[in-house]
Amino acid sequence: MRPANLALIVFASAIGAFALSFADAARLRAQSESASAETARLVERLGLTDPALFTEARYTRHPTQADLQSAFQDHPVAFEHFPTGSLVPPPAGILNAYENLDRKTAAPD
Amino acid sequence: MPMKTWIEKQRHLIDFTLASLARRKAKNLGLLFIYTLLVFVLASVALYAHALRTEAQKVLASSPEIVLQRLVAGRHDLIPPGYLEQIGQNVRLRGVQKMEGRLWGYYYDSVVKANYTFMAPRDMQIPRGEIIVGPALERSRGLAAGNGISFRSYSGELHTFIVAEVLPQTSELVSADLVLMHEEDFRAFFKYPEGHWTDIAMSVANPQEVRNVAIKLLSTLPDSRPILRDEVLRTYASIFDWREGLMLALLSAAILAFGIFAWEKAAGLSAEERREIGILKAIGWETGDVIKMKFWEGLLVSLLAFLLGYVAAYLHVFHLDAMIFEPVLKGWAVLYPRFTLPPHIDGLQIATLFFFTVFPYTAAVLVPIWRAATTDPDTVMRS
Repeated sequence: MRPANLALIVFASAIGAFALSFADAARLRAQSESASAETARLVERLGLTDPALFTEARYTRHPTQADLQSAFQDHPVAFEHFPTGSLVPPPAGILNAYENLDRKTAAPD
Repeated sequence: MPMKTWIEKQRHLIDFTLASLARRKAKNLGLLFIYTLLVFVLASVALYAHALRTEAQKVLASSPEIVLQRLVAGRHDLIPPGYLEQIGQNVRLRGVQKMEGRLWGYYYDSVVKANYTFMAPRDMQIPRGEIIVGPALERSRGLAAGNGISFRSYSGELHTFIVAEVLPQTSELVSADLVLMHEEDFRAFFKYPEGHWTDIAMSVANPQEVRNVAIKLLSTLPDSRPILRDEVLRTYASIFDWREGLMLALLSAAILAFGIFAWEKAAGLSAEERREIGILKAIGWETGDVIKMKFWEGLLVSLLAFLLGYVAAYLHVFHLDAMIFEPVLKGWAVLYPRFTLPPHIDGLQIATLFFFTVFPYTAAVLVPIWRAATTDPDTVMRS
């Protein structure tokens, strides 16, 4: 087979798959429509304000409802908890200056 | 030139380009692989972040228009008895359809080391002693409808509840950690002072009135903090933007490395390629033909990389639940919601990705060729 024909077949399949991904997206969206609507109804009924993505602390469970004005939220090391805190821990120097109660306690902080 | 002849000419050029690429098979396949991988990573981040952002916005669009908190020393405090009535009497709030105190709070379960959100919904009839739980709780504590579960309250007493129902798994994005119970149970469990509320939810009929209502509330009740739905939606948009940006920032080193690699490959002609161009010109190829051939080379490689990378990213995000980037983009928690995102695709984002992956490479291929192809074949072959 001529290389150009082979290229044509490869590209036609790749473009086909690309187009198919949009058709598949539309299908999946239509499928999940009722589930999304049900979730929206639950949100309305319960008056929910946040998705349950980060449940580790109250200001990450409900970031939109957390105290804005109080710096440091729970204690001086905790203020970087979210959202950077989930990827980058606070500098070691700051951590050593305080007792890490939040990682030892069995009760909520 | 008739169309047919033109097409035939391009086909011959493509034949030649592919034969030329095949001569340096390992190098070109390596390039295609890395190129595809880069598009895959970028497209995965873009698709996932956009789908999560859109779904969160869509679902939260029906959250309360205004949530009113009371602040004491800059911290969220309970709404005391009479506060609700005070709002009704002192503030003439036009457009407020419904205003009700809400009861909700957090409970730390030391068994699974996770926080639950306890809530006493007002318009749901839950018998005393029974609870409705979220799907993540069902998983982590192995609960099912009809089971009993005990929680030790903050005062040390053990409270036992019967699970009446488990919330549907499809709503897990917002309901994973919920525990819904009767108001009396809630007050007894937390020893919540009688007549106090956690906050106040208000629904406002006219969206344009929301801001005015909030301003009025703030001026009359200086210790209150109204949180508007717009703010909630904006917060989530910025959280997911931030995470997408963070991910892209981490990837920027890889993007830069690829840029240097591709530029080196595309813009720096090897001695072999230079000789090839010299020979082509010597046997009668025109400068235009050489440029067209190289144009095809750039386009074939970059377009194929874009298509393969994008399709792989689509499958990864929407059929394999984005298993590679999920922890970074969603966040993490002990009680993690399991949900499948409906694919919301931003056409503009994909077009931008297409533009920035296909065009620079194709252009980079052409620049040195132009220089080589316009010089004398004899000089090119000798150099």
